[in-house]
Amino acid sequence: MKFALAGNPNCGKTTLFNALTGSTAHVGNWPGVTVDRRTGLYKKLPERVEIVDLPGIYSLSPYSPEETVSRDFLLSGEPDVIVNIVDATNLERNLYLTTQLLETDIPVVVALNMADAVERKGGRLHPEKLAEALGVPVVAISALKNKNLDAVMKAAWEAASRPRAGTCVLEDTPYRPLYERALRLYREAGKDNPMFRTVKALEGDELEQKASPELFERVAGLKKEGMPANDFGDDFEGIMADQRYTYISARLSGAVTKKEGGEKLSGSDRADRVLTHRIWGIPIFLVIMFAVFHCTFSENFLFLSWAFPAAGEEEAAVELYDGSGALIEALYDADGNRLETFLVDGAPIETFYDASGRAYEGFFDADGNPVEPVIGEDGSLSGAERIFGSEMEALLAGISWHTFFGFEEGVNSPGVILFNTMDVLTSLVNAALVDAMPAGTWYTSLVVDGLWAGLASVLSFIPQILVLFLFLSILEDSGYMARVAFIMDRAFRRFGLSGKAFLPLLMCFGCAVPGIMATRTLENEKERRMTILLAPFFSCGAKLPIWAAFGAILFAGSHSDLIVYSMYLLGIVVAVLSAILLRKTALRGETPPFIMELPAYHRPQFKNTMIHLWEKLKHYIVRAATIIAGAVVVIWFLTNFGFAFWQGMVDQSESIIGVISQWFTWLFVPLGFGMGENGWMFVVAAFTGLIAKEMVVATMGTFVGMDDALDQDPGSLTSTALGSLVAGMAGGVPAALAFMAFNLLSVPCMAAVGAASGEFGSRRKLWFAIGYWMATAYVVSALIFWIGTYWWIGVILAALLILAAVIWAVVRRRKKAAA
Amino acid sequence: MEKMLKDFQPGERGRVKRLTAEGKTRRRLFDMGVTPGAEIVLRKVAPLGDPLEVTLRGYELTIRKEEAASVQMEVLSSVRTR
Repeated sequence: MKFALAGNPNCGKTTLFNALTGSTAHVGNWPGVTVDRRTGLYKKLPERVEIVDLPGIYSLSPYSPEETVSRDFLLSGEPDVIVNIVDATNLERNLYLTTQLLETDIPVVVALNMADAVERKGGRLHPEKLAEALGVPVVAISALKNKNLDAVMKAAWEAASRPRAGTCVLEDTPYRPLYERALRLYREAGKDNPMFRTVKALEGDELEQKASPELFERVAGLKKEGMPANDFGDDFEGIMADQRYTYISARLSGAVTKKEGGEKLSGSDRADRVLTHRIWGIPIFLVIMFAVFHCTFSENFLFLSWAFPAAGEEEAAVELYDGSGALIEALYDADGNRLETFLVDGAPIETFYDASGRAYEGFFDADGNPVEPVIGEDGSLSGAERIFGSEMEALLAGISWHTFFGFEEGVNSPGVILFNTMDVLTSLVNAALVDAMPAGTWYTSLVVDGLWAGLASVLSFIPQILVLFLFLSILEDSGYMARVAFIMDRAFRRFGLSGKAFLPLLMCFGCAVPGIMATRTLENEKERRMTILLAPFFSCGAKLPIWAAFGAILFAGSHSDLIVYSMYLLGIVVAVLSAILLRKTALRGETPPFIMELPAYHRPQFKNTMIHLWEKLKHYIVRAATIIAGAVVVIWFLTNFGFAFWQGMVDQSESIIGVISQWFTWLFVPLGFGMGENGWMFVVAAFTGLIAKEMVVATMGTFVGMDDALDQDPGSLTSTALGSLVAGMAGGVPAALAFMAFNLLSVPCMAAVGAASGEFGSRRKLWFAIGYWMATAYVVSALIFWIGTYWWIGVILAALLILAAVIWAVVRRRKKAAA
Repeated sequence: MEKMLKDFQPGERGRVKRLTAEGKTRRRLFDMGVTPGAEIVLRKVAPLGDPLEVTLRGYELTIRKEEAASVQMEVLSSVRTR
């Protein structure tokens, strides 16, 4: 048996669904659209009942995909009963949907929700009056307090066995003869739900026209002949809406009696006085947003760093002990000379001797742990590094509570603490794997650098997703998100977006993955697509190290903040221009109307928030993990093996990806960074950046390590080493800027592609997005390089643009004059 | 007195006379309860000058001036004088 839950948005439907189905809930997609389809089981009836939660809708007219899927599902014959949740505090508009549901032949039970809220305000509810007027069972419930939920399910269970025929609000109106004639046509044709279809045909509904074009034509004929005189002319849609509301106010509003006396300001109104205030509305919003980001990304939580003055950098003591624990006073060379410098011709000394001329077999710190002396560039003994027996030992020695909570330069925010915890957990697994498997084999590399590294990168996004969605869910549930749309709408309309797009895009500054996933709150499909297309242009946290590294090199550190800032700005400018361009081309069409309910503020429900978080997390893991798991193994293979892969692992430059990147280096010559001898390195780095932006600097590091005689550890890559690489760019500074722009605007990472594929729900749209990102990155980078190198190209382009604008204006004036 | 909802001042109350919108906008307005005879109070204007917040049928609705320009109103009571 199947029950469908139907109701307006914000009527408490999700709360009711969660209360009824508990842990059996399952989220999928309705066929063909990215609208969540929640189903679950209710087990307290003699028979198991599957509950299908329809999306929140105001009407069954095909205004949005939500309305279309709801209608298709209801008419499919699948649901045995419709449980219609009605918000008692907002009866009039909620019952508008009810009048439409009653037109179907499906048994309906009305659950009058938030009855307690009405009574708290001094009003009284009369479910029995409502039941009499509607002709279906009505049960007053409180989804929030779990009250009467079993009663409404029992009523639905009983209703399922009683056949019902559709009823219509036109019964006692002058339109009765007309609709009865039309209804006869549908009955004779043997259509299911004839009443519903008749009314839709009278309304001139396009879905009904498609379903049975012949009947539709005949109904249109009937309308021409027998339309009673009215204010609407032949606009039956208007008539229907008018009649529905007339019917509701005449018959149904008696079901609620409000307390006499003036309408006092409700809590919601008082909150709105502040939150959507003419002057304070926007600043308050910005502060709230800042708080969200602060809690997610800050390493100086609540600005507590002043309370933790930085401890003076402790010089690592250069105290070495021999195997017996005796302090070593001095080191000697093979000839017994006491050493003052520990370099010979610029190279560190390998072997040390004691005063008696015996070579040391090992050095130890005061605690007896083996250490290795570190020799500075000036030849002094600057410290001692511990030697660890295993990866795990090294890792554990490095972990302290500072690792999680910070404290040295300020306290970490909850988001960062979660992030660090996840990082330590994945590092522990990594260390365990490294220790357990034989070193240097291809299968160790596959497991550690391929499979586990990929899985770890999927996991590393989870803390940010959790924290950002926690706040998003709270803002959404409380009703504040609708106010954000109200406040910001004006600024976004110009670009074909509504105020609702603001938050997902803002989240992209942190991470594009939750940003893209958050687009699901947008109602309009085109707006959703546009928002996802713009998402990668907002510089995310993983790109920051690239800007920081290049900024330090290009501007010698003094103005590196400027370079970071200009990258963020470039992203915003490209996003704005993209929005304008897309609106004129691929996503053309009328701006969707912005007619939105501002729901009363609610306290967010802990249970709902947790369920929402869990759903988002599952959605992300399924989406991202399937794409990433496949991609990492392929990419691991491509970066570690040459075309002659049977010969074993090779350096990145000789790997398949290295070789292929070198083939395609010419493609990046117009962008500047593909030029010259080391051009291919930047191309490979940009390539790996498509997989994850964290890899860009790391990849460049491996090149420096390879080419440098000192054979540096890529992990401790110094900016001087990277600097020499960047300084060696044949295209100079413009090429470096073009490289940064390319990384800013191209495909952000595999995880974001995974998230986008989930939200687009179509391969074609996903490939369009990938193509659009790559093309934008290419064109913008090329422009930056060429204008940066030859400033007069900029002048020519500007002149061309002005010319084009003039021509366009003239043509438009001519057209206007002609018309 | 008649005027468009777009031209209402905060606090002004009126009754819908007719809708000149077409297509989806018209359908959506009807679905949200903006039908002839409905009483509407303009609550406030968004900080950037648009959209509008109105109360009708016991709930709050936000609507752009563009759409409000198609809602013809009969003014019931103008702005309260303080």
